[in-house]
Parts: sequence; C-alpha cells; structure tokens
Amino acid sequence: MEAPATLSSEARPAKIEIEGVSKWFTPKRNIVQALDNVSLSVADGEFVCLLGPSGCGKSTLLDIIAGLTKPDQGRVLADGKAIEGPGRERLVMFQESALFPWLDAFGNVMFGLKLRPDLTGKERRRIANEYLELVGLGKFKHAHVHELSGGMKQRVALARALAPDPHVLLMDEPFAALDAMTRDQLYDDIQRIWMESRKTIVFVTHNVREAVCLGDRIVLMTPSPGRISQIFDIPLPRPRDINSPELAAYSSKIAAALKGTANGAAFE
Amino acid sequence: MKRFAVALLFFAALIGLWELAVRSGRWSSVLLPSPIFVAEYIWFALLDGTLVESTWVTLKRLLVGYFAGVLIGLPLGLLTSTSQFLEDTLGALALGFQTLPSVCWVPLALVWFGQTEGAMLFVVIMGTVWSVIIATDHGARNIPPIYARAARTMGSEGFHKWTRVILPASLPFLVSGMKQGWAFAWRSLMAAEIYVTILTGFGLGHLLHYGRELNAMEQVIGIMIVIVVIGLLVDRLLFSPWERFLHRRWGTNVKET
Repeated sequence: MEAPATLSSEARPAKIEIEGVSKWFTPKRNIVQALDNVSLSVADGEFVCLLGPSGCGKSTLLDIIAGLTKPDQGRVLADGKAIEGPGRERLVMFQESALFPWLDAFGNVMFGLKLRPDLTGKERRRIANEYLELVGLGKFKHAHVHELSGGMKQRVALARALAPDPHVLLMDEPFAALDAMTRDQLYDDIQRIWMESRKTIVFVTHNVREAVCLGDRIVLMTPSPGRISQIFDIPLPRPRDINSPELAAYSSKIAAALKGTANGAAFE
Repeated sequence: MKRFAVALLFFAALIGLWELAVRSGRWSSVLLPSPIFVAEYIWFALLDGTLVESTWVTLKRLLVGYFAGVLIGLPLGLLTSTSQFLEDTLGALALGFQTLPSVCWVPLALVWFGQTEGAMLFVVIMGTVWSVIIATDHGARNIPPIYARAARTMGSEGFHKWTRVILPASLPFLVSGMKQGWAFAWRSLMAAEIYVTILTGFGLGHLLHYGRELNAMEQVIGIMIVIVVIGLLVDRLLFSPWERFLHRRWGTNVKET
C-alpha cells in the first residue's frame, strides 16, 4: 500500500482553491491587513497545516474558507465553485469548546445531522452513535458537556464535525487548550480517522511539532500583513509518532524558518 | 429531609416567639393578634370558601397577566438584542419603565380601563414585560459568539438558529429574568388589588384591604401569610424544574432551592 503522504499534491484534483485573497480589519481607526494576496491550492484528501505566529492571519484564512468571513479581495473556490457562505460540506472544529451545554454529547453530534433533510431519524441516530464510537466516547453519549474533560469535549466536537459527512474539515487550533498527554492521544486518533475517511483537512496551529506530525504539507505564514512565506512537504510515513526523531528533524528545520518569520526577516 | 426539618423548626420557633410577644401584653391584641387567632381566621376562611375563591381570582389574573407579559417580552427582548438601534430605543424604554414601580401604573389603568379586569391585567403586564425584555436581551447578548458560529457552519439559520441555539443558549439568563418578572407581577397585582375594587372578582389584595378597614388584624396577617405561601409554591412549581435542568446541564451553581 502506498502511503498517501508520498503522493504529490499536483497529482490530485484541487478541493479548495484560494486565489489572491486579501483581508483588512479596522479596529479603532487604524487599519490592519490580516491577509495580503494569499493563494493556495489544497488537494482532495490532503492534510494541510497552516502554521505561523499569532497575527499571521491563519485563523482568518480558515474563517474565509469556512464562509464565516468574506474576503475583501480575491476569492475561494470549493470544488470549483465560489464560496458564498458557510456550508455543511465544510465543517469547522473550533479551538475552545463550542459544544452546546444545553445538549448532551449525543445531542451535540445530532445537531448537525438534524440539519440534513436527506436522512431519516433512524439513520441520524445510527450515524451519531457510530461517530461517538469512532472517537471512543460510546459510553459517554448521555454525558452532559460540563461532565466531560477537555480532551473528551474536543472528541465530541470532532464527532460533531465529522458526523454530517463534510468533504472538508477545518480545524482551528483544536488541541491548543489540552495537556500534552491528551494531545498525543488525539494526534493518533486524528491520523487514524483521517486515513480511514480520506477527508480534506485544513488545520491551523502555532505548534510546529503538531503541524509536522499531522500535515502532508505545512504552509508557513508570516504576520503583518499575513502572507504565505514557505511551503514544506512532509513525506514521512503514517501513522506518525510526534516523539520520533525523524519528526524532530523536520520540526527543527521548520522552527528555524518560523523564528526567522517571527523576527520579521524576509523569507524567499 | 434534614433541611426540611431545620426549616420546620425555624418557623415553629418564629411562631413561638410571636405567641410569647403577644402574651407579654406589651402590645394590644387588636394590633398584634395571637398566631392562634390568625390560624383560626385562615381555617374558617378556607372552610367558608372565601380564601379559595379569592386565591383563584388572584391567581387567574396573575397567571394570565404574567404569561401575556412573557409572550410579549420574550420576542421583544430577542429583537432588541439584534440591533443597536432597537437597543438604544426600545431597550432604553424598557430600562426606564422597569425602574418605575409598577403601582405607578394603577392610576393610569383606572382611567383607561375603569374598574375592570382589564385594568388588573394591564398593571400585571406592565409589571412583567419590561424586566422580561431586559433579561432576554441580556441573555441573547451574552451568548458566547462561538455557539452562533458553530451553528452557522452546520447550516443553522433564521428560525432554526433562534429556537435551537439562541433561546436555549440564553436559558440561564431567561430563567432568572422570568423569575424577576414573576416577582414584579406578583407585587404589582397586590398593589392593584389593594387600591382598586373590582366587582368582577374579589382577590387576596381586597381581603387584605378589607381586613384593615374592619380593623381585623388576624385577617391582614393571615392573608399576608397566604400570599407568602403562594409565592413560595409558585417558585417551587414554576421555576425549580428549570433551575434543576440548568444545574444539571450547565453544571453551574444556579441556586438550587
């Protein structure tokens, strides 16, 4: 079996096409350019990590792909069609827990499924159970949100984002608030789920090792204004162990590049 | 069970002190009747039906007025939460009227509606609606924006968003707003009943009023006790289930009574 990471991204059709996107924000009189003429193509089934220091526009770019924010210039295509607004073919998993406290774990996973008119109630319940099992929370389907640990909450959030069967999964630093041990476990899970489901994933992070562990490609971004400075291919076989020496070698190379961007040095 | 016993003991001690105060002879028994007389009054008023009938008349006014107030206030509160313009206009009006003691509506109600049930309802609604608007507005504005964002990406919009996300998300604020609205409604109705005699129904407030006119302090105190008990019962029946739900789901320390 050929490891997916060895496939070049050009060989596959583009799932998401970002074309010359710029975005400005105007907080309190001064104007901040969050994104400056960003172009990027994400292949179908690819795992892309957007990596950069805070303020580099990576989360803004993710919001634009999600359809939650409109770009001021340029456009984003999904499957060749311009993105007009949010759609359930592109679901987002957020950094902090965005689970609804008035629903239990099962109810949260059902929320997105209930908005799919093509499913029957029975199918929805079956799918919700299936995804709760997939993230290892089959026993906790009726747990209230406040009873779950941080890691379990993000697992439910993952199940909720996966259950409606989106083509693209957008993840905005979903593990940033978790402890290291919980994170390591989730890296294994997310890789396993990605290899089984072949979803296209765009993953925003400021953690270099996390990016190397998960991404086929790492898109390094620089702040003020937000630009893509460099793209790294990570041809390591999967599943990857975040503590492996091969991974560390890539990490230190990218960390050095990231340091350069954080200091404002040019990177071409 | 232990808490119940403690409460029971406390109230028994309170009544005992009251009886002692009466027996000390320091105050005229006309002004401070013995708890036994008060109990007697309540007992006979229950037997001859006046208490049951008045309670029913009062509760009917209260419930109809309160739910009308909630039904008007809830959508208006959601509306003011959506726009700065509505917040600055309708929201400011609601805030202003909420600070107005609801008994101040009584003269106007009398002139507009005369001595009718309509006047009573008007006063209760005016007592309820403003605090419900403010609580709903406050609740909807305090929802973490991430809930709305998450719901949007899953395709929740319009009516679905309001009923399945905004309303449940603001439930903790709504329940405390409803409770506050209830307290205001209860107060305003009592004020209205004490001030205004209405031929279509003789409420608890009227009994209180006539107790004073007849100088029957055991009636005044007896009715006051009945009013307190009804207030407590409604709190238990109407709001406790919601508060327990919030406590269970949110895990917050919503006051558990």
